Amino acid sequence: MKTAKFILLIFLIFSFHSVKADETDLQNKITKNLRCLICQGQSVYDSDSDFAISLKLVVKNKIKDGLSEKEIYAFLTEKYGEWILYDPKFNKNTYILWFLPLLIFLFGGAIVFKKLINIK
Amino acid sequence: MKNNTIIIIVISFFIFVFLIFYKGLNNSNIYKPSDSENKIVPKFSAYSFFENKLINSENIFNQKKFYLLNIWASWCLPCRDEHPFIMSLKGTNKLEIIGLNYKDNDKNAKKFINDYGNPYSKILLDKDGTRAIEWGAYGVPETFLIFENQIIKRYVGPLNSDSILEIKILIK
Repeated sequence: MKTAKFILLIFLIFSFHSVKADETDLQNKITKNLRCLICQGQSVYDSDSDFAISLKLVVKNKIKDGLSEKEIYAFLTEKYGEWILYDPKFNKNTYILWFLPLLIFLFGGAIVFKKLINIK
Repeated sequence: MKNNTIIIIVISFFIFVFLIFYKGLNNSNIYKPSDSENKIVPKFSAYSFFENKLINSENIFNQKKFYLLNIWASWCLPCRDEHPFIMSLKGTNKLEIIGLNYKDNDKNAKKFINDYGNPYSKILLDKDGTRAIEWGAYGVPETFLIFENQIIKRYVGPLNSDSILEIKILIK
């Protein structure tokens, strides 16, 4: 019985550790995608400014409260606008941004393909 | 003929890229929040500065009058500059001024209030800066004019004579 209790305790300790690690991973993932608004060219994750430190804490608290990654982005976008996200959302303002590289790739591929056929 | 088509495509592609970058030059890459946004007042709870009592935001902005929430800190020099302007609003009819003390040391904050005066009816504490984020603020000082649970005007940076005049006109 004692051994079973001991094993259960060890299991619980390790499972808590893994939950904590998951939370930290998610926090890092989210803060890497957030722009530090007062420091140029740095993500919230990279910055040690007052604003970034508080924002990291807010993200941590929101994760603890059970909010998903999407809900946290939605919360921060409502407060600071799309500018806070490094990864812009797919909407009518960003169609060109998302599709242009693909179009250029297809166009280039078509030229190469045509050349290859001509060579053959 | 074929060569001409390729040249035209390449040139138009470069013109297109040039125009996009040229347009981008005029866009500021500094974050600028919109100053008038009808956003609902965020829900939060914070300890009060003098009584050290936990207060819920729903119990603060619940009357039919204007509220001015000012985020300040004793270490912030622009806050010192704007303080006389906030003092000039003290006692204005239909306006309640609330302070949010941002990442400050209690002793220094008390000294600041003793030295420069207390225009606030309530001062809330934001020791870790998370309440300011609920408001969408990103520094100090920042000031929000609130009416019927909505933020009707936002001032980023210190208030000056123009903004005080504007506030007085808005609350008339």
